[in-house]
Amino acid sequence: MISKISSSIEAALVDVRDGATVMVGGFGGAGMPNELIDGLIAQGAKDLTIVANNAGNAEFGLAALLKAGRVRKVICSFPRQADSHVFDSLYRAGKLELELVPQGNLAERIRAAGAGIGGFFTRVGYGTELSKNKETREIGGAMYVFEQPIHADFALIKAERGDRWGNLTYRMAARNFGPVMAMAAKTAVASVHDVVELGGLDPEVVVTPGIFVHRLVKIPREATVASGYKTT
Amino acid sequence: MSYTKLTREQLAQRVARDIPEGAYVNLGIGLPTMVANYFAPGFEVFLQSENGLLGMGPVPAKGEEDFDLINAGKQPVTLLPGGSYFHSADSFAMMRAGHLDIAVLGAFQVAANGDLANWHTGNPNDIPAVGGAMDLAVGAKQTWVMMDLFTKEGRSKLVERCSYPITGVGCVSRIYTDHAVIDVTRDGFALVEAVPGITREALSSIAGVTIR
Repeated sequence: MISKISSSIEAALVDVRDGATVMVGGFGGAGMPNELIDGLIAQGAKDLTIVANNAGNAEFGLAALLKAGRVRKVICSFPRQADSHVFDSLYRAGKLELELVPQGNLAERIRAAGAGIGGFFTRVGYGTELSKNKETREIGGAMYVFEQPIHADFALIKAERGDRWGNLTYRMAARNFGPVMAMAAKTAVASVHDVVELGGLDPEVVVTPGIFVHRLVKIPREATVASGYKTT
Repeated sequence: MSYTKLTREQLAQRVARDIPEGAYVNLGIGLPTMVANYFAPGFEVFLQSENGLLGMGPVPAKGEEDFDLINAGKQPVTLLPGGSYFHSADSFAMMRAGHLDIAVLGAFQVAANGDLANWHTGNPNDIPAVGGAMDLAVGAKQTWVMMDLFTKEGRSKLVERCSYPITGVGCVSRIYTDHAVIDVTRDGFALVEAVPGITREALSSIAGVTIR
């Protein structure tokens, strides 16, 4: 019997190595796998490259991982937040490398990796600082920039419901980067609030098919209050 | 010269007036978000939010917030019946390929050639952040800017060439400001309408750019 369900967060993250590239889902608090990030902090891997939309808030989640000195580089679209002081001070102190990527290019570069695409041309970013030194090409009278895929060793994502084969559904806008990150990582780890029997997810509404998901960890629903899940 | 600028509410109302029923629209963070308040009841416009919503509805009542259902500004919103959720790559496909009809964005500067600057002041002490700004700027069929004509320090945001780092090349087609509505054409800025009491010449003069 195949079961991708891990016995614990610790077990799901046991083989994250120093120097790994780790994708972290979420847009703001929605879809942010805080429990898995806490697990990564406890696990101890360092010299990490983090791929995420944001770069942490206050002192928890990604910010706590940064503060613990585990991260060498962040690839993201929007690190600046009202409470991103951990990122801000590390960046200003030159202790953190930043690759800033327009959000859609970030999503598509991740998707490209997950879809076996060796890169793509996009109009987004052409002529701006963020496409400096990148290959350009005129296509159909418009100028395009070549963007390369972003692969990862691990993806940590937050889904809503899953089964032992790794099929996933998400909740509302918490979906965001989860599906493409799962595709782009050698090992995709998803936290879910519910584990259902096979057949318990309507195949018509499975968002991430199990082939893209390697490990599932069930987390209690109340544990997500910090990221804003409404409990009632 | 005596005139009254549009209030932010009037400006939002003015932009809303130009959005046709059935349009797929992304309203950027900040001032453009207010446009959503001025569609007539029953008037159907599809609001997109780049974090994965189409058919975005109004702000929820107090106590009804669900932080899995937020907009690009990370504020709680609602989803209308008929709305949908999707992942980030699909969301940006909607923009990049021009499925989205209109993006309404804020700006630091708009140039006479349609260049937009709205992501970075160029100050090396600022933490850079781009989010979906560059994707929105060049993706939608039409990119509109909604802004005050002047900065808080009194500098015109209409310029011949952007001095701030640009977000997109030649992407802006129309600019709604508290003083006037202006098109960006092949030949530069062209006045559509100004608030009563300002002539085109006077507007050119205070904005410091040529407006036809």
